[in-house]
Amino acid sequence: MKTLVWVEHDGGAVKDATLSAVTAAAKLGEVHLLVAGEGVSAVAEEAAKIAGVGKVHVADDAAFGHALPENVAPLIVELMGHHDAFVAPATSNGKNIAPRVAALLDVMQISDILSVESEDTFTRPIYAGNAIATVKSKDAKKVITVRGTAFDKASRDGGSATVEAVSSTGDKGMSSFVGAEIAKLERPELTSAKIIVSGGRALKDGPTFEEVIFPLADKLGAAVGASRAAVDAGYVPNDYQVGQTGKIVAPEVYVAVGISGAIQHLAGMKDSKTIIAINKDEDAPIFQVADIGLVGDLFKVVPELTGKL
Amino acid sequence: MKILVPVKRVIDYNVKPRVKADGTGVDLANVKMSMNPFDEIAVEEAIRLKEKGVATEVIAVSIGVAKAQETLRTSLAMGADRAILIQTDDEVEPLGVAKLLAKVQEEEGAGLIILGKQAIDDDSNQTGQMLAALLNLPQGTFASKVEVEGDSVSVTREVDGGLETVKLSTPAIVTTDLRLNEPRYASLPNIMKAKSKPLAQKTPADYGVDIGARLETLKVVEPPKRTAGVKVADVDELVAKLKAMGVAA
Repeated sequence: MKTLVWVEHDGGAVKDATLSAVTAAAKLGEVHLLVAGEGVSAVAEEAAKIAGVGKVHVADDAAFGHALPENVAPLIVELMGHHDAFVAPATSNGKNIAPRVAALLDVMQISDILSVESEDTFTRPIYAGNAIATVKSKDAKKVITVRGTAFDKASRDGGSATVEAVSSTGDKGMSSFVGAEIAKLERPELTSAKIIVSGGRALKDGPTFEEVIFPLADKLGAAVGASRAAVDAGYVPNDYQVGQTGKIVAPEVYVAVGISGAIQHLAGMKDSKTIIAINKDEDAPIFQVADIGLVGDLFKVVPELTGKL
Repeated sequence: MKILVPVKRVIDYNVKPRVKADGTGVDLANVKMSMNPFDEIAVEEAIRLKEKGVATEVIAVSIGVAKAQETLRTSLAMGADRAILIQTDDEVEPLGVAKLLAKVQEEEGAGLIILGKQAIDDDSNQTGQMLAALLNLPQGTFASKVEVEGDSVSVTREVDGGLETVKLSTPAIVTTDLRLNEPRYASLPNIMKAKSKPLAQKTPADYGVDIGARLETLKVVEPPKRTAGVKVADVDELVAKLKAMGVAA
């Protein structure tokens, strides 16, 4: 089986999510990469060094500059003429592009896979990870997105793939990129952070949330998250929300402060490697999933912890 | 301009899904069902565009069991003008749903189709993008802001690490993210009024598209259970654990 993997990049470098997708694709067979963008020859050179890659297709054109799915999907469909599977990391680009490719190929996509069981059988989370489905695809070609946290990253070196330019399928003229506001975060981004400190409703209000949670997060070099209750109460903006309807995260360490552990919240963080819970209620459901629990008043315990780290 | 809003009846987001003992799926018997939360945001956005005078009519459409009528009535109570139920007891995959919706769009000629970015049952996150592909229309996925300007629409999208704005020609497909708006609660008079709004009943056969399943679910299991770990007595013990894990220096 020949697979084509979407290379997630920022114009200058290959992003880590690509490496997990390569590992998943390698389980299906020969791995080819697609680097699409404008002025991406350096990215293509970098991609060619990824271990296990046979060929890198490079589509260098202004039409692909911002990964607009209207322009990129037809390019991928053309390349799929001689590939058996399209694999994309489940990044915002991957999730935006892959289903468009799937529909054009008349294929039902398999989203967010956790494992490759065989050439046509995969596991994937459903119901926000409350159940894991094993699904078998009957389509001749496969379109797959890969959950990054479920696969090891392929090595960035050791490969020596050939780089081949592919001709552009052009600008379809339906959509244009206007601008981006990529937050210059003082802290790591939630979905890719290694450590997350999250606060719940017990934090009382916005200023208190900042006073208690932010210093601990900064001490640990962590991203900051929140429960839906804290977001609904207006302590922090909506994009902090971890949970079924917010962000699904799986960091190395998740520190839940003053979070009781509603189902909604657990669905968003229970795949974290180590969960640490600080809560004054020793019967809080969060302790049933926590690896390390500390029962105590967060207003005393958290500043003490921050001080001692 | 008409706006088409597809909505899905799913397990209520506050209910903990239970995997059936025989591993065939999730037990939905006697479980509270509601409109998919992202679809509620889609309905709200469409109604707001109508209130602003941008849209002339909001049409809700659902594909599912007879009880999906309740979901459609909810969208009518929120302010949609009429509804279409494409009734089937089969589970229809996103590709099949997109094919049916493409047919509905051929009949309705909506200027915007606003969908939830994903349903909280199968978590596929595909239908909007697939519909856009089938109709050869542009797509603005994971929207946190939608502004219609003449014959184009600006969509601000939630992307990894921030926001991105794209300009699309209309008709266009938009899928909603959480920050787009806060859906309203239907008032009692509006719930009563919704009962007399038109709801057309159709079947997939009326549209003549192949919606056969492409994926076979071999089994559904519970994820590996986490077991409660240890409780530490005080902060010093916690700090020691963090140091042992290499998290703290």
